[in-house]
Amino acid sequence: MGLFILRRVAVMLLTALCLTFIVFTLTNLEPNLEKLAKTQGNMRMTDEQVETWLSNRGYRDNLLSKYGQWLGVVPGYVITGTDGELRGKCIRPGMEASGAPRFCGVVQGDWGWSTRFREEVGSIIAKRLGATGWLMLAVMCVMVPGALIIGVLAGMREGSRLDRGLSTVSILTTATPEYVSGVIFIALLASTKYGLSPLLAEWGMIEGKSLFKGTATSAMKDITFANFTLPVLTIALYGMGYIARMTRASMTEVMTAQYIRTARLKGVSFQNIVMKHALRNALIAPFTVIMLQFPWLLNGVVIVETLFNYKGFGWTLVEAAGNNDIEMLLGVSVVSVFVVLVTQLISDIGYVYLNPRIRIS
Amino acid sequence: MEPLTWTGNLSFLNLPLQTAAILFFILALLQILAGFVPQRGSTIYHDSTVAGGPGLHGWSARLTLWSFYLVLLICAAFLVLGMLMGTSGGIIGAVSRQFVPVWVALAITFFLSLRYRRRLGLYGKLFDSTIGMVGFGLVMFWVFTAIFAGVFDMIYTHAPLEQASGMKNKLPGTPMNGAEAEDFQWYLFGGDNLARDVFSRMVVGSVTVILIAPLATIFAFMVGITLGLPAGYYGGRLDTVLSFSANLILAFPVILLFYLLVTPEIRESGLPNYMAVVLFVFPLIFLGVLINSRFHTQPQKNTLFLVLALGIGGWLYLTLVSDQSSVIRLLPSSLDFFNIPGGILVVFVSVVFVNSPTVFRIVRGLAMDIKTRDYVAAAQTRGEGPWYIMLWEILPNARGPLIVDFCLRIGYTTILLGTLGFFGLGLPPESPDWGTTINDGRKLLSIFPHPALAPALALLSLVLGLNLLADGLREESLKD
Repeated sequence: MGLFILRRVAVMLLTALCLTFIVFTLTNLEPNLEKLAKTQGNMRMTDEQVETWLSNRGYRDNLLSKYGQWLGVVPGYVITGTDGELRGKCIRPGMEASGAPRFCGVVQGDWGWSTRFREEVGSIIAKRLGATGWLMLAVMCVMVPGALIIGVLAGMREGSRLDRGLSTVSILTTATPEYVSGVIFIALLASTKYGLSPLLAEWGMIEGKSLFKGTATSAMKDITFANFTLPVLTIALYGMGYIARMTRASMTEVMTAQYIRTARLKGVSFQNIVMKHALRNALIAPFTVIMLQFPWLLNGVVIVETLFNYKGFGWTLVEAAGNNDIEMLLGVSVVSVFVVLVTQLISDIGYVYLNPRIRIS
Repeated sequence: MEPLTWTGNLSFLNLPLQTAAILFFILALLQILAGFVPQRGSTIYHDSTVAGGPGLHGWSARLTLWSFYLVLLICAAFLVLGMLMGTSGGIIGAVSRQFVPVWVALAITFFLSLRYRRRLGLYGKLFDSTIGMVGFGLVMFWVFTAIFAGVFDMIYTHAPLEQASGMKNKLPGTPMNGAEAEDFQWYLFGGDNLARDVFSRMVVGSVTVILIAPLATIFAFMVGITLGLPAGYYGGRLDTVLSFSANLILAFPVILLFYLLVTPEIRESGLPNYMAVVLFVFPLIFLGVLINSRFHTQPQKNTLFLVLALGIGGWLYLTLVSDQSSVIRLLPSSLDFFNIPGGILVVFVSVVFVNSPTVFRIVRGLAMDIKTRDYVAAAQTRGEGPWYIMLWEILPNARGPLIVDFCLRIGYTTILLGTLGFFGLGLPPESPDWGTTINDGRKLLSIFPHPALAPALALLSLVLGLNLLADGLREESLKD
């Protein structure tokens, strides 16, 4: 087991290295660097000005050396610019040049400097991940129980009308991407002119003008029912259908197993069969699915945070990518690769513990 | 001119529809509650057989079904009567009238398919399942809409980029300001924030989606199959390398990948063109190997088929990838007949790139499973080559799950295209495709929801149709 985890961690590191290198290469392509120079300097720079701007800031180094600097295995550049100013990778704004360390990269725990937010990448990611963490937590609290209940109810009597109804509902939710359900929710529940809110306001059932809020910006400071419900619901709904269908499939399989038939013939009540005999075995497969759902949630988070203007991790990704913020993007991709691979690892290990029939040799 | 209401002269049907809908919801709720009440009142006959009546639960279930049929019937009445009455049937009538060619095509398709379904193999069996039929109907609705709108310029009422003064953010059914006599007199689904007709944009937007999504999925399947079969069949180091790269792409968050591949700056660098060169060659390899492995014992036929397939395919490939205005110019301009516009090419390539690793994993898994079967061993003993076994023994036997996944994947590709549009990537900002239109409309969503709602519902119905179709296919192929 220890060896298995060790090997997986090694693969993880290798993947992260390859991935960040790809991101690094793509963000360091010539047109991207030019765009970076123009958004950071000014839009009307001439080609020569762009060239000096880039070479003053170490972007004209060769790719491998720059990547090494980011990793922290090659000493950071120190360049006296054509304008006479001394710049270095490790010299942050407002820092004495002499006090700067020689190496500053990921190995040293320094994730770099965001050109878009003008802040340390590490601290931004920590802050934004915190915000997204709340969102994810709420999503999980809604999605997992909901999906499991739907799946178990649908799967306990295969082919019944309840099963068909719930299966159709779960197909419907998997067919609704976040940007569609988000739009529908806002139009129906958060608009002051259309949908439910004007009706409810007329009847005096809600205090404000609309039932929910169409933006979640205020949830950054203070999470309330009104501003957090729609983003959570939007993400949860898309993932829910898939998990519910997997749960249903595994439940129907268990319900046709021999030991369930034996229990029925013994005269155990249907309730007890479902709750005590079937459920435990039926929930092994959904566990894996739920774990593997995390990377998908990440996508949903990006869309929903953009749609509802919630300044979390996904929003940061979009901002960084839109402004070619190289070190920010590298940080973001490391985090997302980490999430993807760790959830895979957890799902594998958890599967082994939940299912005693499988052992990794 | 009066603005159109939703139902116009058909408004006498509103009350029945509302009543039926409310009835349906109450009955459905009742049915669920009735499920908790234990059944009583079974009669025991002389021959000691026990018979129970439908009971409360059974009756409520029947009533629910009937009220559901009633709702469907009234909805159908709206569409049929609306089709006959045109604009006097309100917005629904006018829209239904616009879609007449689609209704006719759908009716013909369903009539022919139902008539001859016993002779049509898996496709015919689809018509045995209600879910499959509903899904097929939804998908074909959009396919026909795209064909009629894209090829024959039918269905849509205004040009998708045409702006009319004073029509900005107007509500559905508003008469068009300053309409000429030959113009269509209304904006059926209202105007968007640039005073363009929402209905026409939704209809024309289907063309982009219906064109790109299936084609991109086919390409992704070609790539996935060509790489996945040898990885699963040979295993070993080849498998390790390919699986690692597939996992690498899958570990990327899709949106980050899109942002890295689809920005105008990357397009300038020519990267998408190089990727197209690599990705588009896979169908050629697939076709070539497919023919060669089958006919290599009959050299005459083999050469003929190979020359035909690779000649036509190769020429198509070269015209596709070479573009006089970009970095890759393989063909002289006299032979280069058509170019894909840069925006579409980059979207196409990135969607194929994102989809193929998943297909690779599925094909690899299936190949690993099937290669242990007896018929593969038999083929090996016969002395067949590895590619013959992969393409003519393993692949046909993996077709069931692959067809189902193909349908699901078209739906997923549609979602991806929408995502691209939602982030304003790839396609030009005035493009009528659904993702871009949703992105356009979302800024004023809580005040004017109609410009975003129309494309959102259109996308939802297409993806739902594809998912239902896949479900129906799965059900029917499991019955074999």
